[in-house]
Amino acid sequence: MNSKYLPLLATIVIFILAYALCAVQYPTILSTRVVGNLFTDNAFLGIAAVGMTFVILSGGIDLSIGSVIAFTGVFLAVVLRDSSIHPLVAFVMVLVITSAFGAAMGATIHYLQMPPFIVTLAGMFLARGCAFVLSIDSIPINHDFYSQLSELYLLLPGGGRLTLIGGVMLAVFVVGIMIAHRTRFGANVYALGGGVQTAALMGVPVARTTILIYALSGFLAGLSGIVFSLYTSAGYSLATVGVELDAIAAVVIGGTLLTGGAGFVGGTLIGILIQGLIQTYITFDGTLSSWWTKILIGFLLFAFILLQKGLLLLSRLNRRYA
Amino acid sequence: MTSSFRAPLLRLAPQLIALAAILLLNFIMFPQFFHLEIQNGRLYGSLIDVLNRGAPVALLAIGMTLVIATKGIDLSVGAVIAICGAVAASSIVAGNSVGYTLVLALGTGLLCGIWNGFLVAVLDIQPIIATLVLMVAGRGIAQLVTEGIIMTFNNEGFIFFGSGSILGLPMPVVIWILAGIVITLLVRRTALGMLVEAIGINRRASTLSGIQTPILLMAVYALSGLCASIAGIIVAADIKGADANNAGLWLELDAILAVVVGGNSLLGGRFSIVGSLLGAMIIQSVNTGILLSGFPPEFNLVIKAVIVIIILVIQSPALKSVGVFFSRRPERQLDVPKPEIQREAAK
Repeated sequence: MNSKYLPLLATIVIFILAYALCAVQYPTILSTRVVGNLFTDNAFLGIAAVGMTFVILSGGIDLSIGSVIAFTGVFLAVVLRDSSIHPLVAFVMVLVITSAFGAAMGATIHYLQMPPFIVTLAGMFLARGCAFVLSIDSIPINHDFYSQLSELYLLLPGGGRLTLIGGVMLAVFVVGIMIAHRTRFGANVYALGGGVQTAALMGVPVARTTILIYALSGFLAGLSGIVFSLYTSAGYSLATVGVELDAIAAVVIGGTLLTGGAGFVGGTLIGILIQGLIQTYITFDGTLSSWWTKILIGFLLFAFILLQKGLLLLSRLNRRYA
Repeated sequence: MTSSFRAPLLRLAPQLIALAAILLLNFIMFPQFFHLEIQNGRLYGSLIDVLNRGAPVALLAIGMTLVIATKGIDLSVGAVIAICGAVAASSIVAGNSVGYTLVLALGTGLLCGIWNGFLVAVLDIQPIIATLVLMVAGRGIAQLVTEGIIMTFNNEGFIFFGSGSILGLPMPVVIWILAGIVITLLVRRTALGMLVEAIGINRRASTLSGIQTPILLMAVYALSGLCASIAGIIVAADIKGADANNAGLWLELDAILAVVVGGNSLLGGRFSIVGSLLGAMIIQSVNTGILLSGFPPEFNLVIKAVIVIIILVIQSPALKSVGVFFSRRPERQLDVPKPEIQREAAK
């Protein structure tokens, strides 16, 4: 079997095992209500993590997404409070802004040859700062359209509800998988992750691809912000601090190589679900404190990095003996 | 003798000019900025406040400089601050002596650093990811230590490290200046600094030329952990408690920023601890200046982001090659960034 599928396979096995263990202890965890909530509660994280997967596949990193989500929420809340613009128009506006923001970061990274880490760090400050400038208070969103949207759901067999935002996340994952594996842009992203110079020599448009990758990440962070504002019905500039780390953790747990060039968008979904499962289990248990989530995610992160290291070593040994 | 002083001065000129410009700006907006007075045997004033408030970032920046010089990065320092603060607070609350508590907290920081170093040097994991593990898990561990509550204490001996003073100077200021001097002497009066730079420039070549790369890398990350634990002690002693959620939150980013603003390249190699300390003071002066000027604090981050972007653009390799192209004599490229920083920082 191809060793590139091993991390993904390990993630899926761990997820199924963990779910089975939870189900043995709390059989109700199998109900579609819990599953529906799993999707709803992690929708914004999942959407942002798809963007992060593309960035990491290309060998970069995007630290700005948490701030962009917060900015989107505050922007929507302020616009809906102070003007009579319809939410759908506001959605388009904010998506244009965040995509342009991402594209600007991508252009900075490419044309000024600066490390993505530090460029997106500055972007993180800037987006959070803009959110602060718009408003430092938590602003409620009381628009009829918002309440309509948040009441939309698909009834699952067994009484569970797949809410609109959960559905949006799944749709984003499907589209993300298509883009990554079925389009030229996706192939270019993988090529960039394999090595910028090699990619350039093979004829990959490095500048365009880099800018598009970060624009996509910005767009998805904006979409994630919209979903988050639907989820909380408010905009708050201090919200979603550190979401970028959760997203990176989900991507790594999902089997994507952090050096870029190898991994799957679908794996990220499993990574998100594992994180959600840990949280759900802690809620079910009731006696465990929430900080165990962080420790367990840290441990999983470590385990998966070790697994990837081991696989790399193994493939290197194989090559030597081949 | 003069020539040995001129070279570092020239290298640090952009930072010194930027710091001077920002301090001058603060003075213009707040005429009492340089006013110092002695009350109850210690100095008070905005300038002292900048030095005092900048202590945690300055301490982190010392360790971070060396880590970045090896082409690494340490994202976990904020979490290590939280862990060490939690350990120190719980030890004080449990009734242990101050000396024992200090040893325990410093040991914890050292251990965290060695763990990071082990991942980077022995398991050969990318530094960003290796230290991300502790960054994610660290706050959970800190909460495990404090059992989820904000632990408060009232031990005079320990609080001294946060709000005491020696010879009129606040204790945190004394600590970070002392740490800066000791570590600068340690790396610059021995070959250690050069070896660290060698690792940052080419790890493989350094190993092949006989440098004990893994041990040195471990030592550098351990030092970063140690600096973070000192910062953790100061933060905990300052607020007389340990807040596992908020202690040292996002300080790792400020520390990285201080190092970059200090003129050190994130790509490793040549480093200057003094530059990073100046960077930390620049950041703190900006923060204090924004507060004093009566600007709404919500502008703080935007202004900080703009300053960072300007400094980064000036330092970017692409712009440097343009600078070389336009200046006939290659040595003039050193002069190019100066007026830029001065002008933009004054905005």
